[in-house]
Amino acid sequence: MTQVMLNALVVGTTYALIALGITIIFSIMKVVNFAHGQLYMIGGFVVYYFNVVFGLPFWFGLVMSFVIVGLLGVAMELFLFRPVMLRVKREEVTMLLAMGTAVFLESLALIVFGEKQRGVPPIATGVVDLFGARLPTGRIVVIVVAAMLIAALMAFIGYTKTGRALRAMAQDREATALQGVNLKWLSAMGFGLGTGLAGLSGGLLVAIFAVHTGAGTAISIKAFLMIMIGGAGVLSGAILGGFVLGFLESVGYALLPGSLTFLIIFLIVICFLIVRPNGIMGKPWG
Amino acid sequence: MISQRQRHVARNRALLLSAAFGAIVLGTAAQAEETLKIGALGVMSGPFAGWGGVMCQTFKSRAGMWNDDGGIAIGDKTYKIEVVCVDDKGDPKGAQTGAEKLVSEGVKYIQGPNTDSTAESAKTVMEANGTINMPYAFSKSLYKAPASQSILGMVASYQVGPVIYKWLMENKGVKKIAFVSENNADPIKQRDEGSVGAKALGLEVVSDQETYESGTTDFFPILTKVIGTSPDHIVLSGVSPSDVGPLIKAARELGFTGTMSTETGQDPKAIYEVAGDASNGFIAAGGASTDSIRSDFMVKFIERYTKDWGEWNDVAGLYVYGPEIMIQTLQSVGPKALDDTEAFKAALDGFVGKNPFLKDGGELKYVGRTDYGQPRQVSVPIVVQQVENGEYKPLFVGKLPD
Repeated sequence: MTQVMLNALVVGTTYALIALGITIIFSIMKVVNFAHGQLYMIGGFVVYYFNVVFGLPFWFGLVMSFVIVGLLGVAMELFLFRPVMLRVKREEVTMLLAMGTAVFLESLALIVFGEKQRGVPPIATGVVDLFGARLPTGRIVVIVVAAMLIAALMAFIGYTKTGRALRAMAQDREATALQGVNLKWLSAMGFGLGTGLAGLSGGLLVAIFAVHTGAGTAISIKAFLMIMIGGAGVLSGAILGGFVLGFLESVGYALLPGSLTFLIIFLIVICFLIVRPNGIMGKPWG
Repeated sequence: MISQRQRHVARNRALLLSAAFGAIVLGTAAQAEETLKIGALGVMSGPFAGWGGVMCQTFKSRAGMWNDDGGIAIGDKTYKIEVVCVDDKGDPKGAQTGAEKLVSEGVKYIQGPNTDSTAESAKTVMEANGTINMPYAFSKSLYKAPASQSILGMVASYQVGPVIYKWLMENKGVKKIAFVSENNADPIKQRDEGSVGAKALGLEVVSDQETYESGTTDFFPILTKVIGTSPDHIVLSGVSPSDVGPLIKAARELGFTGTMSTETGQDPKAIYEVAGDASNGFIAAGGASTDSIRSDFMVKFIERYTKDWGEWNDVAGLYVYGPEIMIQTLQSVGPKALDDTEAFKAALDGFVGKNPFLKDGGELKYVGRTDYGQPRQVSVPIVVQQVENGEYKPLFVGKLPD
């Protein structure tokens, strides 16, 4: 059971990191970014290229995954979502736009990166034995870095002027604008921060998993599931949702036949949403 | 060196896009030479792109070699080969519409699809329109009468699985075996067939019900349970190219020291890049591209494929048998087979071609009478190999029954 709980901790931490980016974009833009998984995938490839192809340190690649995918997000906000949202108020249009972007990015990635799965050399070697359970050192490093990134993001959102402005914009755009905040700049920055986090997750996790061009869709679905559980648009809810899904997945695989695990998870989520449609920590949408 | 290669890939892909764009712009300009259109229908995007995408690239590279040599002679005419690739996205409906699209373009010969569900779906179109296709799917109903239009392009999992298990019993002392697969129809079917085969050999199957969802990134949870049953050997049934490396890596990190294998085509370099030294000893069934058995012609094909697509993928060494036997048979039957696949089918029973890919040569023919009651399988050699530092080392080479 120790191994199962350790598995839940690792899966939960990685999921929490993945969920943060999608919930930031949702909170400030009210856009469900279905291209989140594809941005995660691009982040993984950015690290692969810097680390394996160009021979630069993994950590430099990781920084670049945040920068490059963040800038891609800024471009998406400026040239795709902003013009559409200025003209159309219906939320499903932005969802369709996000889905179209996801398909486009995946197809483009297949042409640019090819069909093969990619991995990077291990960032740490060895395995730690914890009460009979095995935890590879690489996973420990990833969990620690992911936890530090989550803490840094929470501190940024909670205690900096820009973070407070982002929170204010998420609560009331008009009131925030009346306070003299430049919403155009802040929207682009917030979108870039959200996509940058997707890239950072992909970049960090390629160190212990692998990446391929078809990885995005499943990640998007799981990220969406996490913020539905935790509460869309709430940062702490996304973290909680990530850990809940990670726990359900790890314990489910341990106790149930594999084919039933996600069936039961989806059933639990459906029943939970009937009782609490805004998620554990969520607020009504809109 | 690698970055140069990457630039080369990007340049080739850009050239391909430019060529496609040019073709659209210029339309159907009059051409002096005859063109033979062949289809490639398979899953060319998503986690399984390593199968259908490579199949398409393989056919294009082989066609490029034929075209560079002036084309292929069928009867009195010489034809340049044009390969039309259609991505079915691994979706049965996509396979059906893709097959219809190819048929509507006048294509009579198609390589693919890559899975049971897509091949079964495309079968209705193939049978109704008299189109020959070469699936990489193992469902026997595709190849047994009354079906007649499909020819299995590789060794089926139920043919190679027991061969691998028997070898493991005799050489590695394997007694307990576990199967793990993705929660999808094709891998589950292969798992069930593998489990039956293992039991028939006298192996104790300690786990054959564990599955993971498509898109799983962390395999620790599922493998914790499988390894908990203490198997000597784990079979990754029908595993997709995107999952094989992470599965091997996770199993070794969890302390599994036994052997592992799969019956599907995999690229050893990609596995090694993800799993590192943990991948050494992983057993897979593959093509004929390993150094010790390949011919000079296979080396030329590898060079061509690498030039076209940036890097070699060992799965191409399996797929290249499809175009080869298809074209050799067409040349043998003559022009009547170009429009009438009945003539092509009539020749399957007695056709004997040359295998240009093996150092020792040998025949290239249609087998499958034992398993399907009619010659509906390409005589691909059974090459069982293991990964060693990113390369395949053959363990043994076998022959399919007639």
